[in-house]
This record gives sequence, structure tokens and C-alpha cells, in this order.
Amino acid sequence: MTYQAVAQAPEGGKTAMPDPMGRGGPPKENRRSIVSIIGIGLLCILWTLPTIGLLVTSFRDRTAASQSGWWSVLLDPVGAGWTLTNYRRVLESDIGTGFINSVVVAVPATVIPIMFAAFAAYAFTFMEFRGKDVLFILIVAVMVIPIQVAFQPMLNLLGPRGLDITQQYFAVWLLHTGFGMPLAIYTLRNYMSTLPKTIIESAKIDGATHYQTFWKLIVPMSVPALAAFSILQFLWVWNDLLIAKLFLGSSENATVIVELQGLIGTAGLGRELLTAGAFISMLLPMVVFFSLQRYFVRGLTAGAVKG
Amino acid sequence: MSMTKQGSSTGGSSVLEPVPPEGTKSGQGSASIVKILVGLVGMVVTGLVMFNVFLSFGIFPEVYLDSKILIGLVAILVGVGGAGVLFFFLNMVVEGLPRAAAERIYPYAYLLPGFGLIGLMLLYPAVQTIIYSFADQDSESWVGFDNYTTIFGRSDFRESIINNLLWLALVPAVTVAFGVVVAVLADKLGKRGESLSKSIIFLPMAISFVGASAIWGLVYDYSATGQQTGLLNAVWSTLGGNPVFWLREDTFRLNSLLLMVILVWLQTGFAMILLSSAIKGVPDDTLEAARIDGATEWQIFWRVVIPQIKGTIITVFITVLILVLKVFDIVYVLTNGQNRTEVIANLFFKELFANSNAGYASAIVVVLLLAVTPVLVYQVRHFRAEEANR
Repeated sequence: MTYQAVAQAPEGGKTAMPDPMGRGGPPKENRRSIVSIIGIGLLCILWTLPTIGLLVTSFRDRTAASQSGWWSVLLDPVGAGWTLTNYRRVLESDIGTGFINSVVVAVPATVIPIMFAAFAAYAFTFMEFRGKDVLFILIVAVMVIPIQVAFQPMLNLLGPRGLDITQQYFAVWLLHTGFGMPLAIYTLRNYMSTLPKTIIESAKIDGATHYQTFWKLIVPMSVPALAAFSILQFLWVWNDLLIAKLFLGSSENATVIVELQGLIGTAGLGRELLTAGAFISMLLPMVVFFSLQRYFVRGLTAGAVKG
Repeated sequence: MSMTKQGSSTGGSSVLEPVPPEGTKSGQGSASIVKILVGLVGMVVTGLVMFNVFLSFGIFPEVYLDSKILIGLVAILVGVGGAGVLFFFLNMVVEGLPRAAAERIYPYAYLLPGFGLIGLMLLYPAVQTIIYSFADQDSESWVGFDNYTTIFGRSDFRESIINNLLWLALVPAVTVAFGVVVAVLADKLGKRGESLSKSIIFLPMAISFVGASAIWGLVYDYSATGQQTGLLNAVWSTLGGNPVFWLREDTFRLNSLLLMVILVWLQTGFAMILLSSAIKGVPDDTLEAARIDGATEWQIFWRVVIPQIKGTIITVFITVLILVLKVFDIVYVLTNGQNRTEVIANLFFKELFANSNAGYASAIVVVLLLAVTPVLVYQVRHFRAEEANR
């Protein structure tokens, strides 16, 4: 997992902490300085240029793209060789199927771990039992373990020598669910421990079972944390190359990232497809990212602010 | 749980449990056994149905009209719904147990799915991998420390260690530095400027390593014949240099440095977000006090702000550090370890995937595992200290 060290303390971004993206909050005093405007402007240009290059190139035809750099369209916007062919061809190629495969891989691999993790987080937060501390420290430790340790044994277990379910979505869901679990339990537990205990107590007095309390009270109250983790897990699963490559391979179920990686390998042949393909592979994560940025940012900031 | 509480719960449990009152008369046992049985049967049936539906996607795609979208929808429904139903029955089994036992078993039932998966996907394989690292390439006979002596004797392995150390020394520190700079500068902008510039720096977080490699591959592009369409070569030529095949240029490990740029580009947004909220959290009165004492902004930054955000800096640093230890995709996609750019994770992938040598691959992972152990110890300690402070 990528962001294991992040989640640290329970604040969950719902305190009086200022919004990290700089929106909302009290109006700030006027401290604009020329130096910072220029500095940040330069950095922003530096950060966007590579992506703009890819985007522009993806709309140019093969010959035009190989005869002049993408920046030449600024000087000669008419003769830049604009075309949509790259996108049409990419959608007809394996990248199109890969896109659907990625959706089929990513959605269950995002939702299932959250469900299991929420149960465990509930137990860690609202129940007392023997071994609680040891088990939670195990979670903290496991978050750091590189997932590479799992590959050889899991290939034996899920591959032709074992259950023989590699090349199938099921294998990848299972793996992502397992690998995402420690971070999911950790973040959700940290969030849940900020919820008022009195509500749970009164539910108990009213005769609610743990099962009812979990579904009717805790899940609705944990939506911000659930959303934050879903985004993280979705991006992680969608963007993953290793697991998809090893356990789905280049079969008909290959994900869009694996297809894209295949294109980068074939130097020269599919170069104009590569740019369009890369952009298509980035499309859905970007939509998810921008529409849910607020949750995502809060999930990342959860607690780390404590400093 | 006190004795009296347990004693009274035998009679009082019907109030808490959804068992009809007459059920208590005929004895709580019978009603519970039904629950346990239904729960157990339900779990087995649900498990079997889920497993078979999942298998059928591969074996009988025609049932699903050979439509990937239909398979996907059924998969999401069965996977997510099945997980919920499975837990429903598990809960039923526990509810069926005598109350005192149920109270004690509940927590473990709730932990079971999560920990079962962690055990199966992380703990068991970790142990198994350590065992494999002492066996031959097909994991059939013991070879002692042969795998370790072999990999440490190999030049590509030593090369990858050096490169990983270089990545470790540069990427986390540079990422944190950029994160701080962006956070501080953006804080001094107007509201819209701050929001916009942060979004721009943050955007690469959504991009995959492979996608980023495609983007930067274009920047580093070199063509042997004709026009240079790579941005870096264009800039270089304008400055008067001859076009360079950047990713093959290993003087001063330039190509490795260029690969590192990609990771910094991807991760700065993450660092910036965390550091920015930490900086905003620095109390104004500490800044004011320093200003009254006549400190310059530069001094205030180093002596007042930095000490107060140290915790966040360490968090970001460690997160990026763990990421860097396992860096794979960028190297695999752009150079595959050629021209002195090899890293541990890529070497592991070669042994696992291309050479199918379980012994070498496992030994390499064990080295990686040892490398993260200090971080692991630190994390656990840090966590315990934080819990103690609560």
C-alpha cells in the first residue's frame, strides 16, 4: 500500500482544522507577495507541462507528432495535424476492453475490503476483548510489509498448481482485499474512535444488537472516513501494475494499466496510441479524484496534522 | 463481566435479543441451536454460491452472453452482496450462542473476515517466502544460504542496492522539500490562487506510475533520426547541447536521477497537502511573539514553524521512504534496469516473472523485508507513544 504511514491520529479532518485546499474558513489577511506568485507560478507550469505535452500529442496524427514537438502547435495551431483517430483506434483496441476490465476489477476490490475492515474497526473501537492491543499493533506492523512477500506463495496457491484461478477477476479482488485491509482497518478505527461513545451506549440500552448498532449508527456516521478510504483504495487498485500483471497477465481480462504498459514496450509501433491510451487510462481516476477531492484530502490529512 | 450480570442475563436476554418471548419459556437453548444451524448452513451455502459464480465467469462466459459488462455487474453484486450476507450469517451463529459466550466471541467474529484475509494474504506468505528463500528455484529441495550468497555475488543485485540507497537518500528528502516550498508559497497567495495552485500540484496523485512513465517518457524522448520531439532535448538543444538519449545516459547515474524526478513529481502533492495543514495549524501567537522579538520571516520559518511541523515532516518522509523502497513500475516500464538503473523490486520481478526462480526471488524479497524492519519498529513505537498520549 502506498500511504500506510499517513493515517496516524483520529482527528479525521472534522475538527476546526483549516481546509487543506485553502477553501472556506475565515478570510485571510492580504499577504500576497510577488515572490510567491512567481515561485508558485513557475512550479505550476513545471508540474503541468509534461501532462499537457501528452494531451496535445494524443490529438495529433502520427506524422505530425514525429516531425515536430508538441509545443510547435502554439506557433502553428492550424497545421498541427489535429486528429481524433488515435482515440478511435485505441478504443477499438485492447485498451478499450482493458478499461472495462479495470472497472470490473476496481469496484469490488474497493467495496469489499471496506466492509470487512469496518466490522473489524467496530470491534476495535467499541468492544473489549483479550488481545486487543496486540492485534492492533499487528495491524500497524503489517501496513509496512512490502506486498512483494506475498507473490510467490500466492502464485502457488492461486495459480495452476493450486486453485487455478489466476487470469480471473476473483483472484485479483481477493488480493487487493487482503492487501488493502490493514490500512483500511487502521484508518477506520482511528475515525470511529472519535465518534461519541454515549450514542453507542444508549443504543445498547435501547436493546440494539451490535449488528444493528453497526449498520444503523456506525456506518452512517463513518461516511467521511469510508469515502476517504474508498478513493484511496480505488486509485490504488486502478493504478496498480504489479498485481494485475502477475495475476491477470495479458489475458482477455487484462487491466488498462497492463495494456498501457504493453504499449510502452512496443517502441515505435504504437506511439500515437500510447499517448491516447495513457490519457484514457487516467480519465476515470481524475474524474473520481476531482469530484471527491475534498474527501480524499481529508482522508490523507486525517490526524497527520497533529504533528 | 461479573457473575451476577451473567446470571441475570439468562432470564433477561430475551429483552435484548430478537427472540419471541415464548421462546424463553421452552428454553433458550433450542432457539439458539436453530440460529446456529441456520447461520452455519447459510455461511456454507453463501460461500459455495459465491465461489461457483466467480468460477463460472471463466468457465461458462456464454451464460453471461459473453458480455464483460454483465459479468462485471454480476461480480460486483455477488461479491459485495455475498460479503454482506456472509457476515449476516456469521452474526447469526454468534447470536445463537449462550449470551455469556456470545459476548466474548462477538469481537473475534467481527475481526474474523479482516484478520483471516491478512493472515492468508500477508502473514502466511511472509513466512512461506522466508522458507522458499532457503530452497531451490522450484522450492523442491533445501539449498541453505546458497540463494543469498548467489544474489549478493551478482553485480546486478549490488547495483540495485546502490540505486535503492540513492533513491532513498534523495527522493523522500526532495519530496518533503518541494512539499514545504509549495505549502509555504501557496499560503501566501489569495484564496483562489491557493486553491488552484494546490490542485495543480496535487493532480499527479491520481495518475498511475505507468501513466506517469508515459508522460515523462515523452519528455525524455530521443529520436536517433530527425526531429527531436522530447521536451528535454528541445530545451537542451536550445541551450546549445547535442540531443541526448537521456534514459541511457548513466554518467553520474543521470538516468536514475531522471527516473526519480517522476516519483517526486507524483508525490509532492501528497507531501504538500499534509505539510500545508500542519503549517496552517501553527498557532499565530507563536509567530506574533517571534515577530515582536524582531525575528525575520526567514528565522521564524526555521526556528518557529519547522520545529512545530516536525512530526508531519517525519510522517511524510517515512511514507515516501516506504514507497521508494518498493519502487518498481517506473523503472520496469522505462528502462527495465538497463544502463545501471536496476532497483531491488524490479530485479525481484525479473526473477519471479521472467526467470521463474522462486529461490532467488524469495531471497530478494527477504532482503527487502529486512530493509523495512527498522521502519516497522519505528512505526510500532510511534503508534504506542501516540496511544499512550491519548
